[in-house]
Order: sequence, then structure tokens, then C-alpha cells
Amino acid sequence: MFRRAFSHLDWPLLIALIFLAGFSLTILYSAAGSDADILGRQAMRMAAAFAVMFVMAQIPPTTLERWSPHIFGTGFVLLIIVLVVGVIGKGAQRWLDLGIVQFQPAEIMKLAVPMMVAWLFAKHPLPPTKRYLILAGFVIVLPALLVVKQPDLGTALLIAASGLIAVLLAGISWRLVGGVTLLTAAAAPLIWTQLHDYQKQRILTMFDPWSDALGSGYHTIQSTIAIGSGGVFGKGWLNGSQSHLEFIPERSTDFIFAVFGEEFGLIGAILLLGFYVFIILRGLYIASFAKNTYARLVAGSLALTFFLYVFVNIGMVTGILPVVGVPLPLISYGGTSMVTLMAAFGILMSIHTHRRLMSD
Amino acid sequence: MSKTKTKKRLTHPVRFWFMVGALLSGFVLLGTRAFILQVIDASYLKYQGAARHVRTVDVVASRGMVLDRNGAPLAISTPVDSVWANPKEFADAKPQWPSLAKLLGMRSREIGRLWQRYADREFMYLKRHINPEIAKKIRDLNIPGVGLRREYKRYYPTGAVSGHVVGFTNVDDTGQEGIELAFDEVLRGQPGKQLVLKDGRRHVIKTLRRVRAAVDGNDVTTSLDSRIQYLAFRALRAAVHEHKARSASAVVLDAKTGEVLAMVNVPSFNPNNRRRLRSGNFRNRAVTDVLEPGSTVKPFTIAAALESRGFEPDTPVETGPGMLRIGKHTVRDTHDYGLLSVAHVIMKSSNVGATKIALEIDKQDLWQIFRGVGFGAALSSGLPGEARGRLNSYKRWREIEHATMAYGYGFSITPLHLAQAYTVLANDGQRVPVTLLRRDRVPDGTQVLSARTVRQVRDMLELAVSDEGTGRRARTRHYRVAGKTGTVHKLIDGRYSADRYRSVFAGIAPASAPRLVMAVVVDDPTGGRYFGGEVAAPVFSKVMAGALRFLNIAPDSLPAVDEKMMARVAGETG
Repeated sequence: MFRRAFSHLDWPLLIALIFLAGFSLTILYSAAGSDADILGRQAMRMAAAFAVMFVMAQIPPTTLERWSPHIFGTGFVLLIIVLVVGVIGKGAQRWLDLGIVQFQPAEIMKLAVPMMVAWLFAKHPLPPTKRYLILAGFVIVLPALLVVKQPDLGTALLIAASGLIAVLLAGISWRLVGGVTLLTAAAAPLIWTQLHDYQKQRILTMFDPWSDALGSGYHTIQSTIAIGSGGVFGKGWLNGSQSHLEFIPERSTDFIFAVFGEEFGLIGAILLLGFYVFIILRGLYIASFAKNTYARLVAGSLALTFFLYVFVNIGMVTGILPVVGVPLPLISYGGTSMVTLMAAFGILMSIHTHRRLMSD
Repeated sequence: MSKTKTKKRLTHPVRFWFMVGALLSGFVLLGTRAFILQVIDASYLKYQGAARHVRTVDVVASRGMVLDRNGAPLAISTPVDSVWANPKEFADAKPQWPSLAKLLGMRSREIGRLWQRYADREFMYLKRHINPEIAKKIRDLNIPGVGLRREYKRYYPTGAVSGHVVGFTNVDDTGQEGIELAFDEVLRGQPGKQLVLKDGRRHVIKTLRRVRAAVDGNDVTTSLDSRIQYLAFRALRAAVHEHKARSASAVVLDAKTGEVLAMVNVPSFNPNNRRRLRSGNFRNRAVTDVLEPGSTVKPFTIAAALESRGFEPDTPVETGPGMLRIGKHTVRDTHDYGLLSVAHVIMKSSNVGATKIALEIDKQDLWQIFRGVGFGAALSSGLPGEARGRLNSYKRWREIEHATMAYGYGFSITPLHLAQAYTVLANDGQRVPVTLLRRDRVPDGTQVLSARTVRQVRDMLELAVSDEGTGRRARTRHYRVAGKTGTVHKLIDGRYSADRYRSVFAGIAPASAPRLVMAVVVDDPTGGRYFGGEVAAPVFSKVMAGALRFLNIAPDSLPAVDEKMMARVAGETG
């Protein structure tokens, strides 16, 4: 019985994930000031996340496909509930308190949106018709708007992006892609006026963080200094002075790559990026071998969404993207996003290991 | 075959590879960014990083001691701790405020108020200068955002006795008054510098290296003798109390070297606890307050006369009928002394006699002697607030001024000026600049008067303290003294008051071989007696008797020895 369950794991992917978990605990120990408690809690979360992955890997893609609308619908309702009765933390209303655990319904949407888009498109041969594209548009925009309301612009954009990736993978015409891009560019000034002041400030300081070194540019400056002062070989584990002297804000969570870069240098950074590349390529490989449209679209968009998380976080920490609250996947301290991500990898493994059982 | 297989797997191979390409270029972009930061900009960013956590901080240097001439401390620095807080972090420690307040001897409410005032800052003092024991307890409380800082607090062992002359420092250890201010440059150490590692909350984590060691300040060995200082203070305070005076000053100088052995004032203040004190008490009146010296300058008038060779000590001067009209002014004596010798003019302190003598000599000669003994010239003690006094040029003297100068009106000096002038009389005519620092050798003086004149004046000053003189209460049991009284009408609102006085005495001891000079000024005695001979002279006597003994100076006025007794003692031992 267990043997069969283990056969649904994708070993190359699993090994790479275990390596990342190891990196996470290593750097977290340093970033959290050698706090064993924090390390223990993170390890517990990892164990839970790997368990979720293991369970997800057992669920056949066909079942997932059937469940897609229900998962999406549940997530959508929860998003509405969170706006009404959610727990306010750090100025935003994102959490639902379930007694034992608090969780963010927005996390469900990171998976549910691409799954829902894939479910819509899988009914008919690709490319999707205009009607389904419009439907997909609603599937993407409505949850994103609810998350913007919380307000959590970063997560909203990521949710929207995961859906858009699914649409792109489904193969809409290049002309449409170009059109939407142009439309977005044209709408940019309008979006700008809708942004909160702190969001505008973050975007502005991205271009010149030193213009407000103690204010909104502080995060970026401190993190680039930390990374830069690591040099090629890094200062060594537990020796990052910037991180240990508490100059890096959020150094166990969103800005943990700064600590990593300072202590392990360019070599460490490239190694970490290498693992990410491997995992994503493995995800795309799984997508390319998927046996039906739904599985292919879901696998592809999950892999690419994962890439987007990595890119947005490291881009932010190295100062090429504005500061948005996106953790570094599988490395940052915190449980919610890790569980979501591992669930996604569980789905990928399921798609890969169930492919022979599926009829095309 | 392979083409169909691909087609089977991928509906849009072009799009798929486009995605992979986008993905890889994304990673290349991140890698490039890392390369730029960690290789190209690395040294600049390393510098920026260091600039954020490596700080140069001062290391406090200990302030030098102020010592008396025998090495007894007058001001010493003791290590204390000051408690500071970072208001932002301190806010989180609210539950611990009461226990902290208790240790600091403050109320919780006070701490709350302080915190409110500095809430938007990053540093505030909670209390400065607490003793190390309490500091240790506070350290053990380990309250977030609260730190201790080593500082030095000044302690003045002699307290109020030397308060004026030693002065004090402020809470930042900088001299504010007296010697502490005058010699601040010497006393003040040079703070050291060290490189430290500070974290984002500005706490010092580690000392990296010492850039410059702290150089402790140098000690200042003053000329003061704390025994004489103490004696003078006590005597002066008693006199002020007895005669219900407003204030008083006394200065004791070493006649040979010009060193200030004692300088005291009443009212005084305790430099160790300066709260709730009126600023008037801080004034070192001996150098800051000027007065008309009155009869105490008559010896210099007489000296000028003797120098001009028209006068000898026994030259007769008619002082009857005890008054002398000059223009519309009248110079008066307390009695009609009739015909007096020059020596007796001093002894009886006759204003008429002194005036007549002064008018006989050239006003330039008189001015030169006054100037020569230091009147109206800057002092050299270096104490803050030192007044020069005022002595107009003889060219501007009218006859009445020429006359009043003779008995000490119409110009002003400080008590220290007066004492300094008397060193000329003690020192065979040489004036040695006064100093507050111990001198190991006698400096070159300027010859102001001839030795012969000085000896003659000194003899007259001995007469002045004889039973027939005005200063008889200045005498001591074992030493011969020489000195002059002064009872000066106070100038109040531009008019000389008929019944408000300054009682003054200035003198020398031992008269046979002068070693000490002392000037005493008691301001506004209201206890009934006001003559310099009654109010100031006894202070002189008390202080001199003690001071000469402290200095192991051989008595020159032992009571007559019973010859027979001596012979018997000699016989028994022999």
C-alpha cells in the first residue's frame, strides 16, 4: 500500500525540494540569530508541507479536474468571508482564524485560479474560443480584485499572473497577447492613480532607492548592501554582519535572500538559482509529458508561477523590482506559502505519475 | 514519427519553448544582477555596509584632580553611570518601569513624562550620575532599550570651604567656575576614540579596535593650603555671623612667592550639591567684587612720601583740628589728633594727616606707587570673572581726588589686589605676581619700593597694631604682626552712606621676617560694631596664628622667658 503511495512521488523533484528545505533551515538558523525554536517551528511546517505534497501526489489529475470548480468556488467564498470577518494583521485583512490555525484564503486561489482556467479550457480543443477567454478573464480578475481589497496587491498580482500564464499556455493568439500588453501599458496611468501612496513610493524608489535612503528606499539599500558585501565567496555562515546587526528588515522572511547572498556570496546565490531552475524545468518537463489538456495547463502554469515567485522575490531583494511582500519560495520563514507551494508540487508529481493511467 | 510524438505532447511547441526561454532569461537576469552586486559593486557596497555598522565612538577620559599644595584633593573624579534609554524600545518595557523608577528614586509618572517628551527620539537620559551599585542593579534588570553609560562625576572633598576658588564642572564634566574653568584645558582629558560594531538599533555589539587611547586629564596642583583655607573659612563665617554682615572675603598669600594659600568667601555654596542656590552665592567675591580700600592703602601713601625723600617717619604733620577743607569738601578724622609724626598718622589712621602728606607729593609719584603695587591692573590668578578694579590716571585727578586717594577713596580694587599690594610691603619692595598654582621657585619680582622705605612702613604697621593703634586686635600671641585697618563708608546709589561700612584689614606676619600676607573684607556689618579693627582684624589674628603654626614658622614673639627657670632647667639637664 505504502509502496504504491511512494510510487506517486517524483524523485528528482523531491530531492531538489529536500535540498531547498535544507538551505532554508541553514540560512534561517543564521537569520534568526541562532534561534533553535524558530528552526524547530520551520522544520515542523516543512514536515507538514511535505505531508500535504505527499497526499496531493496521490490524487489523480482527473479527480482534481472534477474538483476544480468546487475548489475555486470555496476559495472565492472564503475570500468574501475574509473581507467581512477576517483577522487584521499588519494593517491588512488577510487571515481567517479557524481556531487551531490561521490561514489566508488567497493562498488557495494561487492554485485554484490556474486549475479553474485549465478546467474551462480543457472542455474543448485548444486554442480556446472567445467565449471561454472572457470566462477565464472573470475567473482571473474577480479573485484578484477581492485580494486587492484586503489590501494585498502583491498576492493579487501573483494570482492574476498564475491565471494569465495558464491562458498563455493554452495558446491564445499573439495578436491578443500584444493587444492586452498595449492595453495594460495604456491603462498604467489609470492604475497608478488607484495605487496607495506607499505603493507608488515603492515603485518610485525602485528606480532610485538612494533618493529616500531612510524611508522607502531603506529595505532595498540594506538588502543590496548585504548581498554586495558578501562578494564572490560570501562572509561565511553565521558571519553576515549586515544581517546579524539587524540592518536587514524582514530578514527571516521576505528578505532572506539578502542574508543568503551575504553569507554565501555569488557562488551560493548561483547554486540556489540553479536549484530553482532545475525544479522549474522539471515542472515544465512534467507538463510536456502530461496526457491531457487540463493536466498540461495546470502543470505548466504551476511551474511558471513558481518561477514568478522566485523572480519577483529575488528581483525585489536585489533591487530590480519594487518591494512587494512576496516570500522566497521554500526558503523564507513562514508556513502558509510553503504549504501552498508543496501542494502544487504534489499536483505536479500526481500529473507525472498518473500519466500512464490516463486515457488521452 | 518524432514529429507526431511532439505534436501529441504539445499543442504549441513554439509557445512552450518561448516560455522556457523567458524563464531562462529571467534567471540569467537575476544571476547578472547578483554578479553586478557581488563582483562589480562589491567593494562599494562593502564600504557602504561598514559605514552602517562601524562607528567611531568616544571613550571618556577621566578629568584630572585639583590638589592643594600638599597633595590633598580639592576636586576628584569618581566613576558613575548614567542611565539612558531608547524611547522606542523602552516603550515595550512599560511593565518594568515601576521597578526601574524605584531604583532611580523617581516616580513612574516622571519616567512616563520623560518618555513622552522624547518619544520620537532615539536617545534620552533617564538619570545621570547614579552610583555604581544602583547601576549594577539596573543592569541586572535587563530592561529592553535601557543602557548605561560610564561617566565621571566631580566630587569636592572640601565642600563649601573651597567652593568659590575650586569652582565646579557641569554635568558634562566641563569646568564652569573657578579653577575648574580657569584650568579646564589642563584638567580635561582627551577622549579616546574606538571603532565599534553597532547594530540597527544602535547598540554597541563589539569593540573592534582602539583608534586612540583616552588621555586622562592632568592634575592641577594649586597653591592653596587646605588647612589654611579651612581655618580662614571658619573664621570668616564666624565673623559674618557675629557681626550680621552681608558677605565677606579673605585672601592669604605667601609673601615671598605670591602664591594664594587661601581664598574664601561667605556666603559660600557646596559644590557637591548645587541645587536651589542663589547665583549670588557662586560669586568668588575675593576676585570679582571691587571696593574702595579706605585706610588700608595709607601705608602706600606714606611709602610714596618716604620715597620722595621729603618725609621721614618722624616728620611732624599737623592734623588738628581733625578736619581739612579742600574746595567744598571736608576731610575728617574721628578725633582731633593734633600734631602727629608720619608714623603716628598710620598708627592713628588719620585721614587729615594722610591727605596733607599726599598733597605734598607729586600726584604722579603717588599714582606710580599705587600702580606699582598693582591697583587697577589685571590680576594674574586666571580665575574667571577677575575684576581689574579702577584707578584713573593721575592726569585726570582733581585736587579732591588727589586728597581722597591718600586714604583709599576714589578708586577701587578687589580683596586680592589688596593682599597683593601688601606683599610689596612684606617682600622688601618687590611685587611678585599672584598665582593659584604652586610655585617651586620664587619668580623675579619688580622693585616697586626701596627696601628701606618698606622696612620703615612695616615698623609703622606694627605700631598700628600696638595698644595705641587701631588694629590691636589683629595681634597674635606668638608672632609679631604688622597691618592696617580700614573702615570704609559704602557707596550706595552714588552717595557715601553715613552708617553702612566695609570693615577691612590687611596685614603681614611675622613682622620680623614676613612670610604671609592676608587681606580681610567684611561687607556691611550690622551688629553694632563696624570698625575694621573690631570686625576684620580679629579674623586676621585667628587665621594668621593658625596658618603660621601650620607652616612651622618660628615664633618671633614668645612671652618673656623667666631667666632663673631657664637656668634651672639647663642645670638639671646639664
